[in-house]
Amino acid sequence: MKKIEAIIQPFKLEDVKEALKAAGVDGMTITEVRGHGRQKGHKEVYRGQEYTVDLLPKVKVELVISASRLEEVLRVVLGAARTGKIGDGKIFVYDVAEAIRIRNDDRGEIAL
Amino acid sequence: MKNLLALLTASASVAAAQTAVTPEKVAALEAAVQSAQTAGDNAWMLTSSALVLMMTGPGLALFYGGLVRRKNVLGTMMQSFIMMALMTVLWGIVGYSLAFGEGNAFIGDLRYLFLKGVGAAPNGDYAATIPQQTFMVFQLMFAIITPALITGAFAERMKFSAMLVFMTLWGLLVYFPMAHMVWGKGGLLNAFLGGQFRCFDFAGGTVVHITSGISALVCALYMGPRKGYRTDPMKPHNLVLSFIGACLLWVGWFGFNAGSALGAGALATSAFVATHFAAATAAIGWLIAEQFHVGKPSVLGGISGAVAGLVAVTPGSGFVTPMSGMIIGLLAGFVCYFAVAILKHKLGYDDSLDAFGVHGVGGTLGAILTGVFATNEINNALKDSAGKPVALGLVDGNAGQIVDQAIGAGIAIVLGIVGTIIILKIVDIAIGVRVDANQEQDGLDLSMHGEEAYSQEA
Repeated sequence: MKKIEAIIQPFKLEDVKEALKAAGVDGMTITEVRGHGRQKGHKEVYRGQEYTVDLLPKVKVELVISASRLEEVLRVVLGAARTGKIGDGKIFVYDVAEAIRIRNDDRGEIAL
Repeated sequence: MKNLLALLTASASVAAAQTAVTPEKVAALEAAVQSAQTAGDNAWMLTSSALVLMMTGPGLALFYGGLVRRKNVLGTMMQSFIMMALMTVLWGIVGYSLAFGEGNAFIGDLRYLFLKGVGAAPNGDYAATIPQQTFMVFQLMFAIITPALITGAFAERMKFSAMLVFMTLWGLLVYFPMAHMVWGKGGLLNAFLGGQFRCFDFAGGTVVHITSGISALVCALYMGPRKGYRTDPMKPHNLVLSFIGACLLWVGWFGFNAGSALGAGALATSAFVATHFAAATAAIGWLIAEQFHVGKPSVLGGISGAVAGLVAVTPGSGFVTPMSGMIIGLLAGFVCYFAVAILKHKLGYDDSLDAFGVHGVGGTLGAILTGVFATNEINNALKDSAGKPVALGLVDGNAGQIVDQAIGAGIAIVLGIVGTIIILKIVDIAIGVRVDANQEQDGLDLSMHGEEAYSQEA
């Protein structure tokens, strides 16, 4: 099993969700996060006091899938989340040791 | 046809008999007119009183509350709100008497202690057509908002208990004497009731805005900056709240300024109009200054400008034409922007929400400009021995009025500085004015009140 952690532009969330659903991926967890990579922040001025905002709002999408589907799902996420501009985000892939369904003790890929 | 004519003649003679003028009827009519005027004036003054209270809560509480960090929003709102309770009690016990009792040139006497004798009968010295109780409660609303304005200077770092003691003493030592000097019978600066200096302050530019603004500056300097000032981000946490608050202030200000006519007549209208026009041009002035200085016209800038204009037109609102109001507002927009966005950062003090930059600077500017623009075209209450309206400001040819205005502003500034330093020292020695470092880190909401505005769990 693999875990995909995709940090994407918040306005791309709907596209990514739709694309994953169409590809038959059922479960995901999303979190509103803030962060930055190479994207520079912006400047805000309040009554002459300047602030640089470099941690920008992003959405983190986490999903765990069967290792055999990894490349296919990555292509789906990439296709849906990409605008081609700086700030599109990143994807990280991890190995998953175990998955357990809390409701009934199912283990392994059947629990996904 | 003949019958019809006879009938008409008969009914006309009956009508004539009914309108025959007798002394009793004249007296009854006079009483009815007086009662109608009292009813009209009283309706407007009660409405104005409510409008001025609305300026503190929710107006100022929202305006200030949105500007602080999220951990301090409740504490900041509470500092305004509690004035609605604290100053009311103080006013009822002794404040009204010290401000409006006929004492000496500097402070009133104790004739209205516990509001003794303040009832339905008008006080002819102040407002002859409304119950003195209406006048009393209208003036109370000013005594509520004035200390609340100061809280912007020490936002996010003053101990709640210390603030209560500070404000009580500040009312007694600074506000009540200043209100008496400018508005009380026999007050040193009261142009209309036997004052030594002829200072015009229609609705409180000197009494409210200069005293609170200068005291705010003293507080900011005495208490020092917030922990992390200029290193940690201290952005306003919710400008939507501030926006709503500022718009409520704009509306409430009609009660503040037009209500200061103390009646529902034409003077109230003219104060209303001058006030509105000044707010409009001040918003534009601030935005223009901001556009040139930082390149973008901000919402915070627009609403701050409007408030600055309302402050600046306050002393002159019952003396100036709408066009003068527009000039006063525009200048206030520019000058207060400079004070807040440039001067403050150069000097380095942490007047957190710009109580001095807006109220101190705008109030002083407005006091001086009242000396320029006050005209007897608008307000002819002051008459010479021949019964002719006297020249008021520079536009009437009386340049000396600017000096009188400066004297009034100067007295307010000195009283504000001296009074506030003494009170801060006393309170600091007795209970300490500032929260400790941990409490400041946690925020006032949690450390002072045991609450959170935006709960993570709920």
